[in-house]
Amino acid sequence: MASWIRLAWLIAAKDLRVELRSKTALLSSLVFAALVLVVFNFARDASLVSSTVLAPSVLWITIAFAAVIALNRAFNLERENASMSGLLLAPISRGVIYVGKFLANLAFVAAVELVTLPLFVLFFNVDIWDSLGGLLGVMALASIGFVAVGTIFSAMVVKTRFAELMLPVLLLPFMVPPLIGAVQVTTRLLSGRPLSEMLGWLRLLAVYDVVFVTLCVMVFPALVDE
Amino acid sequence: MPAQSAATEQPLAGGTDLPVLEGKGIERAFGSLRVLRGLDLAIRQGEALVVFGPNGAGKSTLLRILAGLMRPTAGTVAVMGNPVRSHEPETRRPIGLLSHQTLLYDDLTPLENLMFAARLYGLSDPKRRALAALEALEVSGRALDPMRQLSRGTVQRVAIARSLLHDPSIVLLDEPFTGLDVVGAELFRGVLAGELERGRAIVLVTHQLAEVWELATHIGVLLGGRWALHEARPPKLSDFLPRYGELLRG
Repeated sequence: MASWIRLAWLIAAKDLRVELRSKTALLSSLVFAALVLVVFNFARDASLVSSTVLAPSVLWITIAFAAVIALNRAFNLERENASMSGLLLAPISRGVIYVGKFLANLAFVAAVELVTLPLFVLFFNVDIWDSLGGLLGVMALASIGFVAVGTIFSAMVVKTRFAELMLPVLLLPFMVPPLIGAVQVTTRLLSGRPLSEMLGWLRLLAVYDVVFVTLCVMVFPALVDE
Repeated sequence: MPAQSAATEQPLAGGTDLPVLEGKGIERAFGSLRVLRGLDLAIRQGEALVVFGPNGAGKSTLLRILAGLMRPTAGTVAVMGNPVRSHEPETRRPIGLLSHQTLLYDDLTPLENLMFAARLYGLSDPKRRALAALEALEVSGRALDPMRQLSRGTVQRVAIARSLLHDPSIVLLDEPFTGLDVVGAELFRGVLAGELERGRAIVLVTHQLAEVWELATHIGVLLGGRWALHEARPPKLSDFLPRYGELLRG
């Protein structure tokens, strides 16, 4: 098991190093997230809809679309010189490759979220200090689920001609349950509601994570074998 | 095909009887297109099978199947007597592959690329192994330069170093001389000769017959997914070329 985790981290660390050198997906995602927040900020009428009502949806829509941009790069970088063949040829299980990619994607999405959150506070003027811990927790819980599914779809579409278009089309329907859960929990957190009102949604997010992470680790080998 | 059985059943002097790599009845189809049609082959220690054939004959597909990167539609591939299976990672350890593409990351340096590969294979002291592999291909001077800044020939040398890094028992090479200059090609032939002396087995796919003729112990001509010829290498290339021409002309 230790070797399994070490190898998965090795692949994730390689992906992070490659991305930090090129900065292509990370910068695109961050700029996109900032732009979406700016557009929403100017498009809304603050006198009609309060920030607390609108802000959670805007935050999660921004994160979801920025994450899709980041997820697109996961297997694109393995296509460049057929380096995916190098991974598949190595004496490591296919599941390790999936978990490595998943961890790298999770780190990218976390980076996008950590930059988006202060911008969100700035544009929507919401006070998150009291609920910061809970907010970070729900971000982690929701991100694990949709990054797990996004990683597998990223592997699936990478060989298609329109990979960058296909990924959001396939992924967004699967993102609906964690996004609904995340928006509901965020709304309650920002309104200062008690934990008992969020437990159902938190359970949904946790179950989604467990089911889809397990399913994706199991399905990935069949997906990459020609 | 009498030549086929002759080649596959006669080990070279100095080789062992157990094939390092053995394929039986390998077939591969893409939809209705049958690319490989029942190929048999067996390579023993110290043997080098060089596969020739026109474009589209199925050479690269054969290499991908031998490497375990593609499943045959029918037939089996075994390395050191063990069937190559995608769910049994250790069955891939004895295989080294140099494909059409480099399998390298352009945003990493040669040293980082090889250290990453060394760690994937669980090699001890990855940095030393990576540097030694680069040194053997005379590219250690560029070890810290980004891959993007290297010439095609230098990249090819790094790719070769990656394929040999983990001391594979069987080395599969697809057009390995692509991009190499005269000096690089000579150096690589020397490296391959050394690998054969050490008991490695090699399957090499190429269009450049003259480059590899002296290295080959066996030759195979693949036409329409079948062995048109598969035998021990004739002594002289000049004797073989007219036969090869005839085979290609059908």
